[in-house]
Amino acid sequence: MSSPAARRERALLLMGLPALLLLGVLFAWPVLRLLSMSVEDGSLEHLQRAVLDDLYLAVLFDSLKIAGFVTVICLVIAYPLAFWLSRASKIGLALGMFALLLPFWTSVLVRTYAWMVLLGRSGVINRMLRDWGLIESPLPLLHNLGGVLIGMVHVLLPYMVLPIYAALLRIDPDLPRAAEGLGAPRSAIFRRVILPLSLPGVAAGCALVFVLSLGFFITPALLGGGRVIMIAMLIEQQVRELLDWPFAAALSVVLLAVTLAIYAAINRLTKGARLAS
Amino acid sequence: MRLDVQGIVKRFGAVTALNGVDLAVEEGEFLTILGPSGSGKTTLLKAVAGFEVPDAGTVRLGDRDVTTAPARHRNVGMVFQNYALFPHMTVAENLAFPLEMRGTGKAAIARRVAEALALVELGGYAERLPRQLSGGQQQRVALARAIIFDPSLLLLDEPFGALDRKLRESLQLEVRRLQRRLKLTTLFITHDQEEALVMSDRIAVMDQGRIQQLGTPGEIYDFPVTRFVANFIGESNLIEATAQGGRVSVPGFGTMTLPEAPAPGPVTLLLRPEALRLGAEAGAAACHATATVLESVFLGLSVKLRLQPEGAPEMLARLPLRPSDPPPAAEGSTITIGFRPEDVHVVPRG
Amino acid sequence: MPPDRRGGIGNWLLAAFATLVFIFLMLPLLVVFPISFSSASYLQFPPPGFSWQWYQRYFGDPDWIDSTIRSFQIAALCTALSMLLGVPLSFLLVRSRRRGIWLLDRLAAAPIIVPTIILSIGLYSIFARLQLIGEWYGIAVAHTVLALPFVMILVGAGLRGFDESQEQAAIGLGASWATAILRITLPQLRPSMISAGFLAFISSFDELVVAMFLSGAEKTLPKKMFDNILMEIDPTIAAVSVTQILLVAVCLGLTTLFGKGALATTLSR
Repeated sequence: MSSPAARRERALLLMGLPALLLLGVLFAWPVLRLLSMSVEDGSLEHLQRAVLDDLYLAVLFDSLKIAGFVTVICLVIAYPLAFWLSRASKIGLALGMFALLLPFWTSVLVRTYAWMVLLGRSGVINRMLRDWGLIESPLPLLHNLGGVLIGMVHVLLPYMVLPIYAALLRIDPDLPRAAEGLGAPRSAIFRRVILPLSLPGVAAGCALVFVLSLGFFITPALLGGGRVIMIAMLIEQQVRELLDWPFAAALSVVLLAVTLAIYAAINRLTKGARLAS
Repeated sequence: MRLDVQGIVKRFGAVTALNGVDLAVEEGEFLTILGPSGSGKTTLLKAVAGFEVPDAGTVRLGDRDVTTAPARHRNVGMVFQNYALFPHMTVAENLAFPLEMRGTGKAAIARRVAEALALVELGGYAERLPRQLSGGQQQRVALARAIIFDPSLLLLDEPFGALDRKLRESLQLEVRRLQRRLKLTTLFITHDQEEALVMSDRIAVMDQGRIQQLGTPGEIYDFPVTRFVANFIGESNLIEATAQGGRVSVPGFGTMTLPEAPAPGPVTLLLRPEALRLGAEAGAAACHATATVLESVFLGLSVKLRLQPEGAPEMLARLPLRPSDPPPAAEGSTITIGFRPEDVHVVPRG
Repeated sequence: MPPDRRGGIGNWLLAAFATLVFIFLMLPLLVVFPISFSSASYLQFPPPGFSWQWYQRYFGDPDWIDSTIRSFQIAALCTALSMLLGVPLSFLLVRSRRRGIWLLDRLAAAPIIVPTIILSIGLYSIFARLQLIGEWYGIAVAHTVLALPFVMILVGAGLRGFDESQEQAAIGLGASWATAILRITLPQLRPSMISAGFLAFISSFDELVVAMFLSGAEKTLPKKMFDNILMEIDPTIAAVSVTQILLVAVCLGLTTLFGKGALATTLSR
């Protein structure tokens, strides 16, 4: 006779098994198989090229730089927004959530297309500025870093707002009240109580946004106009145009390693910060 | 410092939470606001603490009108229902917080935190985080944090609700001892009448946004001024009777003369269950009746009887009893019950 | 926060800032509406006049309609699969007390973190060998991998907030475990499940990177749009976009109506 606990565990495992099989066959296996292609012919040559060649290294650093910019911009915009949402009236919250979630659910492609319409040389913004006589010749808003950043921030902002908003909501409303009763002015209530208690949300948001932007493909491909190359675009190019699978695999190894390392580092860092504060 | 609340009104939409509350807490006094949930006691507390601004009326602390002063300028210490300890700060940091906000120097902070910790007997716990403490310890930290900056007034918002009975009783005594020693003017909020009776110098019973009665625990228990107070504090038999010509006639029980004759007309009499007499003693009383014992419940050191007198509504009796004593009356049996004029109290109408 | 008696200039600044951000977020969605009704033959703003021509072109072109139907099929199958697999998986991940369970939890969440491009080309080389490129159900199954984490996070959060003693009570009253889950637990998880279902549907319907590699000549709607954007920016895309935005708005509205905020609160995890 097995114990009820053991039977329960067996039933649970049975429930999860189909999904785990799917993840194994269609996620873990293809990813690991691809990564192994980088050393398929028994040499480290492809990996060496991916991390040592100046050209590819530059793309990697550009990708990191863009991901960093996007994360910082998202944080600067998202924190005040989340703070406002956490204190908003019912109607404000409903409108805010709608404005946040509708773009969040709308296809990245639709949004990227819309930014092309807005930012192009003869796009909506340039047209309006010229009609109002504010500029002579069209501003270069598209096909450069700025255009890519605008598009990426637009896509990733909700990923930063939602965790911070959730962390702010989790703060017991009696805590700021207690701080006020103990004599803290509003600035101190924010700095000493609200900010430190919302840091886990900030960390989660930063980790998510950084990691997601590092692997971005569609938005930089369309808004960068070939002038902004991110590592995911490089991988696609190796497979599609050059059919160089081992090197695409090597670049994938680099991308995945950097992604996981940074994800782990941000989580570790904030855990430390939380204990220290 | 003396707290003086006058004519406070607070409405939330169509709901009137406070409907003209007057209250004065004398310096060094421990005053309890007792009331059911929804009676307005929490709103009153918030108005005193500075988390709500009343629609009308004033709140004065000592000579100062603080009705609209922000909470941080009131110098009021508060222990929250769930303690509201800052989870990311250690015990010492929690205690230091109000002192830092007042610009106290580092050395002085260290000294006063140590003193406060000693006061609540948590000397070795300075570096712990709140979640590493038991419920009772958290409660004492919250108390220490509320008094460390010498507040003019201490507010306690149902601070014992989350604790088990034994711990609650020992902490009640500790809080009371500390309050006496430091001569802290204290306003205590609770819905637990037993707690209120044990701890308070005076009790204000609240209902429907008003203070129904204000008095010492003894006054409140023995001489409730409304049916609500009589019912809310302790158990009670409320007897409808008629007064005429200096005598009161109680249906089913006969007539008697009260020490102070009520005005002619219908009156409500309060009779505490422990004042109801049984057996031979009852037969000698002016008012008595024959009753059937419906139920007999043993409560440790007393027994409670539910009785059905002939020609009168159900009544409760409570008799002191040791476990070895025989039960006074079996369920289903018939006994004589009665009460003496000096044991009933006329509840004013209205 | 304590009540603000000063009417706070800070509050006004904050509200103004929030409004600006919401405009930034909504602007791209709003700008495609006028363009989709433009009478001009190329991208012109403001549009010189009103016409239905781009919608006629969208709904009259069998290529556009085929890829739209294909995307619907894929998203429907993906939703069904990810719910059928993901809901039971959530039970395992939330309730099991096995020591290594956190590892499985990470595995199930990994498709969010691992860049889609890596998964896409990994699947591409396998699907190519199995001659599955261009098969709509192949894409649906691949999308299920991407949708599973959403289902797991949303339903898992709902499950964590559910008091398991209710199930025990049902079993005590004579129900089998399966009956208890079907009759007691799942009905109470409905808000999370509805949100998860819509999110799975939309995530598949919008997905491009996987579809780019696996769809071959049988284009999904996003792939068709992508090719179209690369070729020429004509306002047909705007008409397609408006249709998609309306679809998303309807899904979002239904989720808000039946999902009781499960989405907003859980995505924040």
